[in-house]
Amino acid sequence: MTRLLAQDSDDLRARYPHVFSPPVTSRLATPVVLLAALGIFVFGLVDLDFSPSRLLSGLHQLGWITLMMIPPDPGSSLPAYLAALGETLSIALLGTTVAAVFALPISLLAARNIVPSNIFRFPVRRLLDSIRGVDTLIWALVWINVVGLGPFAGVLAIAVADFGAFGKLFSEAIEAADRKQVEGIRAAGGNALHEIRFGLMPQVLPVIAGQVLYFIESNTRSATIIGIVGAGGIGLQLAEQIRVLEWQKVSFLILMILVAVAAIDWISGKLRFAIIGKRAVA
Amino acid sequence: MTTAVSILPEHQLAVLNAAYRKAVARKRLRGALAATVFFAALLVAAIGAEVNLKTFFTYFGNFVSYFDRIFTLEDHTRVWTNFGEWFWGWRQWLKLLGETILISYVGTLIGSVLAFALNFLAAENTSPTPWLRFAVRRALEFARTVPGIVFALIFVIAFGLGPMAGVLAIAIHSTGALGKQFSEIVENADMKPVEGVRSTGASWISCMRFALLPQVAAGYASYALLRFEINVREASVMGFVGAGGIGQELVVAIRKFYYSDVSAILVTIIVTVFVIDIVTGWLRGRLFGKDGRA
Repeated sequence: MTRLLAQDSDDLRARYPHVFSPPVTSRLATPVVLLAALGIFVFGLVDLDFSPSRLLSGLHQLGWITLMMIPPDPGSSLPAYLAALGETLSIALLGTTVAAVFALPISLLAARNIVPSNIFRFPVRRLLDSIRGVDTLIWALVWINVVGLGPFAGVLAIAVADFGAFGKLFSEAIEAADRKQVEGIRAAGGNALHEIRFGLMPQVLPVIAGQVLYFIESNTRSATIIGIVGAGGIGLQLAEQIRVLEWQKVSFLILMILVAVAAIDWISGKLRFAIIGKRAVA
Repeated sequence: MTTAVSILPEHQLAVLNAAYRKAVARKRLRGALAATVFFAALLVAAIGAEVNLKTFFTYFGNFVSYFDRIFTLEDHTRVWTNFGEWFWGWRQWLKLLGETILISYVGTLIGSVLAFALNFLAAENTSPTPWLRFAVRRALEFARTVPGIVFALIFVIAFGLGPMAGVLAIAIHSTGALGKQFSEIVENADMKPVEGVRSTGASWISCMRFALLPQVAAGYASYALLRFEINVREASVMGFVGAGGIGQELVVAIRKFYYSDVSAILVTIIVTVFVIDIVTGWLRGRLFGKDGRA
């Protein structure tokens, strides 16, 4: 092996001082950040009432609960649970579809290449941001106040919450679309609506369809939890069984949710593959 | 300039046209079939979810007027005319908001540490044995698929009411989500440095520490920050089931129809989420350049 000459080595040191002796601030940065993170963490543990004894007794309790969950057993309420699961899937499907239908026109208004004016686009975007800032569960509570307890409130909650998310995602898809088709339509004498319908939509619809399918999948999960506040579906049953400490039924319900989510996952994966091809699925 | 366009003889054209129409018709038929199936599914779903358009139209006015009511103070003036009255409970709310952020911070940190410990075992290219990988992957999947609030419901019974249940619920859910994302980063990493380190006779742990970690650390931090952002939202509803944070106050305000409180708390949450989005976005952009945002 050849060794560096002493002079070359000195030259290198002189030329790249920041590599050989970095300034103290940059060398200290990582440990300081880590220490600060740790400090906030410890403060958090204290402030949030963590104590080893509580943790231990809780874990002990959790162990008991887990033992009591085995084996999962629906008792005599299997038909009711299946109906509730159907309700949950219906909530997810309907809520997502309604959201997509309403979000499409709004997303056009939020897209830079359709509405170039910042002044018009800004309020639309902020509105969508605010809707997304509020959790689905909160929307569910609001809708329960309006249409009463039941799955319908869940549909509306998912529809509103997803409306915000879709508005943003669709408008991003539209902004990423190719200008050339639109210009082609304009060159052939089409008006603004023709441009959107024939130049833009064929490009963005497959992307949008993929996103909608993905959301139906993730909404199956959201739909299970909005039941906890009373908006129908399997979450309602789950929350009830947890409150009355029927652990075998709880574990059965959780298993049902896992299987349903996996099934929807699989189906929507297949559909997305059929619509937009393998590459975009990943 | 004119160019001659050759026009095919009639019989050839007819064959081509027929083939074209047939192809288009098949595509249309398939589209119509898919649409029919979809609408049938929607119809079944509408019946299953007890959709009642009559109720909807009767009460839709309530939805609009709900927003009118939550932005009205008790003396019938708009909330923004009297900020002191609107945010009368700001001390209490800010404290709970701080608790919410702390819950998501501690939960995210515990989740990232656990995910960090597990992800090398779950990634295809670094896992020591296949059965371990299978087990870890299934465990992560479980932690990620069961919604955080379900964990919170169970933990509230095991650990008692309070933020501790919320922290643990968020920690478990984050472990599942981050474990998957971390292991995907590892699967995309370059394996040549690992071979280099292994060829010097290093142990598995040294291989991970010196060959892989420097490649993946930035991606980890980026995903963890993103998860923190998501968890703030999640923590804001943990109070619904008694697991600490501002959700407790919000659910009381909504259920007891303290209208102006609802809007005040919602505005506080939305502003906080905005600020955290912006700060973490800025941090990620600053720490890792443009590609750290992905």
